[in-house]
Amino acid sequence: MAGKTLYDKLWESHVVREESDGTCLLYIDRHLLHEVTSPQAFEGMRLSGRKPWRNTSMVAVPDHNTPTNDWDKGIQDPVSRLQVETLDANIKEFGALVYFPFKHANQGIIHVIGPENGTTLPGMTVVCGDSHTSTHGAFGALAHGIGTSEVEHVLATQTLIAKKSRRMLVRIDGQVGKGVTAKDLALAVIGKIGTAGGTGCAIEFSGSAISALSMEGRMTVCNMAIEAGARAGLIAPDEKTAAYLKGRTYAPKGADWDKAVAYWNTLKTDADAVFDSVVELKADEIFPQVTWGTSPEQVLAISDRVPNPAKEADPVKRAGIERALTYMGLTADMPIESIRIDKVFIGSCTNSRIEDLRAAAKIAQGKKKAANVNQVLIVPGSGVVKRQAEAEGLDKIFIAAGFEWREPGCSMCLAMNADRLPAGERCASTSNRNFEGRQGPGGRTHLVSPEMAAAAAIAGHFVDVRTLL
Amino acid sequence: MKAFTQLNGLVCPLDRANVDTDAIIPKQFLKSIKRSGFGPFLFDEWRYTDHGEPDMDCSHRPLNKDFVLNQLRYKNSEVLLARDNFGCGSSREHAPWAIEDYGFRVIIAPSFADIFFSNCFKNGILPIVASADIVAQLFRECFATPGYRLRVDLETQTVRNPAGEWFRFDITPHRKHCLMNGLDEIGLTLQHADAIKAFEQKHRAAQPWLFN
Repeated sequence: MAGKTLYDKLWESHVVREESDGTCLLYIDRHLLHEVTSPQAFEGMRLSGRKPWRNTSMVAVPDHNTPTNDWDKGIQDPVSRLQVETLDANIKEFGALVYFPFKHANQGIIHVIGPENGTTLPGMTVVCGDSHTSTHGAFGALAHGIGTSEVEHVLATQTLIAKKSRRMLVRIDGQVGKGVTAKDLALAVIGKIGTAGGTGCAIEFSGSAISALSMEGRMTVCNMAIEAGARAGLIAPDEKTAAYLKGRTYAPKGADWDKAVAYWNTLKTDADAVFDSVVELKADEIFPQVTWGTSPEQVLAISDRVPNPAKEADPVKRAGIERALTYMGLTADMPIESIRIDKVFIGSCTNSRIEDLRAAAKIAQGKKKAANVNQVLIVPGSGVVKRQAEAEGLDKIFIAAGFEWREPGCSMCLAMNADRLPAGERCASTSNRNFEGRQGPGGRTHLVSPEMAAAAAIAGHFVDVRTLL
Repeated sequence: MKAFTQLNGLVCPLDRANVDTDAIIPKQFLKSIKRSGFGPFLFDEWRYTDHGEPDMDCSHRPLNKDFVLNQLRYKNSEVLLARDNFGCGSSREHAPWAIEDYGFRVIIAPSFADIFFSNCFKNGILPIVASADIVAQLFRECFATPGYRLRVDLETQTVRNPAGEWFRFDITPHRKHCLMNGLDEIGLTLQHADAIKAFEQKHRAAQPWLFN
């Protein structure tokens, strides 16, 4: 009999019961919540008179609607304010293990906070009403996004009704070149398999280029698994995972720690396990990536040129390219490096951790933003990241370069707060989605790494960050 | 949840691939703490030429005449015909809420994004995966035939065109049962509360640190 994949092990260790058609009741260890996708679930609980099955599984924070400046003025938009206050009231009524309300010193993006507090651990099932829950798979946890009805289901029953996904392996071997980051690996994978390439799958990432990544880098890769269509991304835990978690508030302590680490060491794919599909990339063939269109799969290396729809045979794809070029205001065959930008956003659950800010600061040190760039927003992922960056003096580097140093939150990744792209403006962004209108109606988003975003801010257009290192 | 059994519905063709949930319902409408009233804002940025905000009266907003939902022949359609990877991106359930509130009960596409697909079943919407060839044929017929309808029957798991040609679609028995009876899944799951408790005890004994 073939061995088991990491995904098989995580799945099987959480099955409460299984129907004959393969539909399972899956036990959920950790339930992350934010203000946008939870109010209707709590309302449903209230209407049916139900209580949470285990409120100590819950970690909650408002992040999407919170402003990133002028915190002393509170939340100006009354609709946003009501949603944040609704979360306050719901947590007060229903309870939670961890709650960082607006302006709390540790408030930030839910996917940054979970790992930061040791509330995300290897071997767990983690869900959240947010597609970027895949981020937590970097710890060898089975983590994926759910809808609001499922949020209510998990609140009430501590389980999810689910069917097992297919198993996909994405293997990246070799050493990445200078200036090539976890974000570039993720975008290159999406460019290769497409935004539906991982649909119906849980993707395990492995290979020497993945092992070499820091925990921050691994979170970036798993975060983007959903942009390849996969609900969950996974990386087997190793000594880096344990080193990251040791001593964190909710990480196991004492004898439990040793027992936990021994268990975590078993959480890897067996040598004879079989995947439903395997995709292989070579790390040394991946260069800094820039998206040119309105889907994350519309991505190219910095040295490439914008595609020409005339060369595409498939009519649906050709229409897609034409529509994307029109929306993005680009012409076929123009060099990516010649694209001039108006704004830069460095932040989001993809790239707002301390390592991302260090990388951006290294490029910005001693430089000034270009005159044609009207705003550069640096939005740390959490209060903890912000204080760490300030302790290292990164904020001073950014401010000296003419960048804005903001308070933590989701910010211009999806522009639910006041940080948004006006129609027609073009942004180099470290976030995860370049969909039409994502950063503001009519806004034009190019996804890049923090290094590439900082370099574009200085140059005023995209540049190959490798020439600056 | 509204039950779904069968429907003979007018078809609306949305001819683009990778339609994401940001396009289905833009972020500003996610600030609502209700789960109703999203229908007028479905595909807001494609449907209107002005900028939509929550609680707006949409009856006098300027329409994008080119957008398929605004064409008279597709008024009151109940079946949405779509292309590959429909519903990709954000997990927002506001997307199926908006689709259902607008009046669609069935979506037919060659493929759907996972989270959107499962969200549909929680809201009385039947998402049907059909082969690329069948979807291409339905698009052709729909464009060519004003008043084009499809007869969708969940009991027999079939879709029938006006010419009487039909195809069969897959659905898990669990989802079919819940959809046909409009069942609340939470109530069903809580019938297994003892099994959940027993699992939890065993799980806690093996990995006590998960319960810190």
